[in-house]
Amino acid sequence: MAEETPIALELAKRQREISIASFFEKNRHLLGFDNPRKALLTSIKEAVDNSLDACEEGSFLPEVSVEVIDMQNDRFKVIIEDNGPGIVKKQIPNIFAKLLYGSKFFKLSQSRGQQGIGISASVLYAQLTTGKPARITSKIGKKYPAHYYELHIDTQKNSPEIIKEEVIEWNKEHGTRIELDLEGSYQKGDQSIDQYLKQTAIVNPHVTIIYTNPKAEQIIFPRATEVMPRKPVEIKPHPHGVEIGRLLSMLKFTESRTLQSFLTSEFSRVGPGTAKQICGNAALLPNTKPVDITREMAEKLVQGIEKTKIIAPPTDCISPIGEDLLEKGLRKEINAEFYCAVTRPPEVYRGNPFIVEAGLAYGGQQSAEEGTRLLRYANRVPLLYQQGACAVTRSVINTAWRNYGLSQSKGALPIGPVTLVVHIASVWVPFTSESKEAIAHYPEIIKEIKLALQECGRKLASYVNKKRKIQYESKKRDYIQMFIPHIGEALKELINLKENEEKTVEKLLAEILEKKRGKLEQIEAENMEYDEDFAKIGKTEYEEEENEGEEHEKE
Amino acid sequence: MRVKSMKKSKQSDVAQKIVSIAENDVYLKIKKKKAPELNMPLRALSNVKYDPKEGFFELLGKMKERTLTASTIKTFAQTLRMMAHAKGIIESDDITTKREMYYISKNWAEAAFTEQPESDTVMDDMEAMMMVNREQLGFIPEEKGGEIAGKLIVIDRDPDTGKEIRIDCTKFGSGAYSIPITVEHLKFETNAKFILAIETAGMFQRLLKHNYWKKANCILASMGGVPTRACRRFLRRLSDDKKLPVYVFADGDPYAYFNIYRTLKVGSGNAAHINEYFCVPEAKFLGVTPQDIIDYKLPSHPLKDIDIKRGKDAIKNDPFVRHYKEWQKAINQMMQMKVRAEQQALAKWGLNYVMDEYLPKKLNKPDTWLP
Repeated sequence: MAEETPIALELAKRQREISIASFFEKNRHLLGFDNPRKALLTSIKEAVDNSLDACEEGSFLPEVSVEVIDMQNDRFKVIIEDNGPGIVKKQIPNIFAKLLYGSKFFKLSQSRGQQGIGISASVLYAQLTTGKPARITSKIGKKYPAHYYELHIDTQKNSPEIIKEEVIEWNKEHGTRIELDLEGSYQKGDQSIDQYLKQTAIVNPHVTIIYTNPKAEQIIFPRATEVMPRKPVEIKPHPHGVEIGRLLSMLKFTESRTLQSFLTSEFSRVGPGTAKQICGNAALLPNTKPVDITREMAEKLVQGIEKTKIIAPPTDCISPIGEDLLEKGLRKEINAEFYCAVTRPPEVYRGNPFIVEAGLAYGGQQSAEEGTRLLRYANRVPLLYQQGACAVTRSVINTAWRNYGLSQSKGALPIGPVTLVVHIASVWVPFTSESKEAIAHYPEIIKEIKLALQECGRKLASYVNKKRKIQYESKKRDYIQMFIPHIGEALKELINLKENEEKTVEKLLAEILEKKRGKLEQIEAENMEYDEDFAKIGKTEYEEEENEGEEHEKE
Repeated sequence: MRVKSMKKSKQSDVAQKIVSIAENDVYLKIKKKKAPELNMPLRALSNVKYDPKEGFFELLGKMKERTLTASTIKTFAQTLRMMAHAKGIIESDDITTKREMYYISKNWAEAAFTEQPESDTVMDDMEAMMMVNREQLGFIPEEKGGEIAGKLIVIDRDPDTGKEIRIDCTKFGSGAYSIPITVEHLKFETNAKFILAIETAGMFQRLLKHNYWKKANCILASMGGVPTRACRRFLRRLSDDKKLPVYVFADGDPYAYFNIYRTLKVGSGNAAHINEYFCVPEAKFLGVTPQDIIDYKLPSHPLKDIDIKRGKDAIKNDPFVRHYKEWQKAINQMMQMKVRAEQQALAKWGLNYVMDEYLPKKLNKPDTWLP
């Protein structure tokens, strides 16, 4: 019987479209929700990233409040509130309860969020683990009402499901607040919320963060500067490096009527002359209608683009942290004896401009036996997970640190009292996955990171050499000084010096020595900016816990 | 050659000289806030010249400086402390042996000498700096001066009574007269024809045993390796006083040629500041020469690396060897033969061969000697 009915018909009954929301329901690890600890961090991170992007886009100095409340039984309530421009009523449900909905995917501009997945994924995660809706409040101006929403995501349709909506009183001019209930686990340490917020504060000195942790302790990271970072300029993609899939979708959505105007209006650095050249190289007519371009023709177009010389993309679209602020951040966090930071000139990978910055803190209270501590940032967001898979880590490993006085085994991070900071700013940071934890291994990017690290390394080496020289000189002086009393003693016996004359001789010899060898250079090791309490934030509190344990035993 | 008697400054003058250096080169400089310096002649082969008219290695002008630098401060302080000690012993009319000086430095904490050669070096530098010899500074060596047998009467004084003592060197039987540490006061009587200075005590004993000095009418001297200052001075005074030629009979190897013979004849680089008095410019090298090894078919040993190095160094750096083509020829011959021979190798031809054949033959043929 079964033979008469083809199996495919049977199978067909089960074949249907999978909504993106259903997909991520099953694959939540792809978005950084692998385990309760990471999920809690990711939810907060997505909300904070969004808040900071929104504030900067609206040109408001960001003030973000983060509250994490322990609801017992591994459940947490997280509340993130910002003073950003707010969201218009109509868009609130889509932004928070529809995956892949956002403003940032289609434009090329340096921002923390890129895809429009993050916050809605957090909402989805909360919904999956507690069943509770996300509560959103947003207000766009003094004279406008505040809108309150309770939202679920319909995972089948990937669309918002409004549980409740109302206009409420909100004592705030503008801003957005999100409240989520979710399953999580709170721990201090390198990959904690505390650490993430602290590192965010380090590279975003214009931001104030008010953080209340699950132990109900409040930590305030006050802004260090009133100056907003230069607003990143939105750019169009550069033709070089554009891939066929992206080209096809651009062709589909363009409003241009001819291939030539498509090229000039959708890409940067393409004028009519260059457009004609591209068409010539691709053997396509400049007046071809974009809708008529087939896959084969698009492939020819890609080849045509490759053959054409085009000016490098503009680089003013990127806003680096800057050497000074990067070094300042390091000084605040680490009590070292030497700091340096480097901002590289802009470079391009796959048509996307990017800038690499690196900083280094050496010596001081850092352990000389452990591996180097590496802090990674992309578009001012700290990357706390997947260090091993990251292009930054690869670049650090590929740099020959032995040249700069650190020990390093093959294929490993250098060993020494060093903290390294690497920041990549780009209109499009290529992450290895949607959870944005590691940067993809583009050769252009690795090369730039290495150049930045080498520059830091050279500064380190010259510092270490100088220090060694001074130590050597000071050792020599001590050695010479050791014999001064013998000269005094011998002279006393030889020419019958009196006690006080002998002392004078010794004093004069010390002066002569100083004059002869020059003043011993001092290395400024004191770090006025180091903040011990700040440095402690986010560190594991093993000692404290152990002590507590002991006391319990005594009782 | 002019017979020079050693300048013998009064001890009090030496003490005065020490104080004056301490005052002028060190104390007054410090008072003027200038780095104090002690300057002394560089004692090395590179800082000597050889002029056969003078007959000994003379110092050139190179100086070394000790001052407030990491590399010289320790010896600077040690030199001053040793100067202070010397002043003390001169004033109390005492003496200090080289070894004692080394132990005294152990009171100087970090300025103490680690090994005796360090303290000996500072002592030699002090001599060179002040152009006196160490005995004038109150320092005496441990080393014995060598031994003498044969037709010689040494006139010494009794240390207590100051009465003359006549020592007949023919009357020691199978023993010998021991050269004292200071020889300046000795007088000599002899009718011997020459002095035979012998490297090894073994060969000296052989010649003594058979009263060779009687047969050859000579004085036998045992140097026991590189001759001490006292031995060199003794032979020099004896040879000058009595117009006796000095013939050196040593092993046939670079060490015997350039460490023993050359030091006896013209002095050394290391002691260049006192060579003038402690050398025997009239000495001649009797044997064993490289040609002797062939002529007398002597049993030989291959040259050691250190021998080859010594030979090469001598040709390149030793002003004495560079002056004498004969020596260059001899050492080149040895390098080609690649062998050396000991003086006692002559025993191969019978124990008395050296007395009956070798020495008489050699003495009769001055053209087989080396200058």
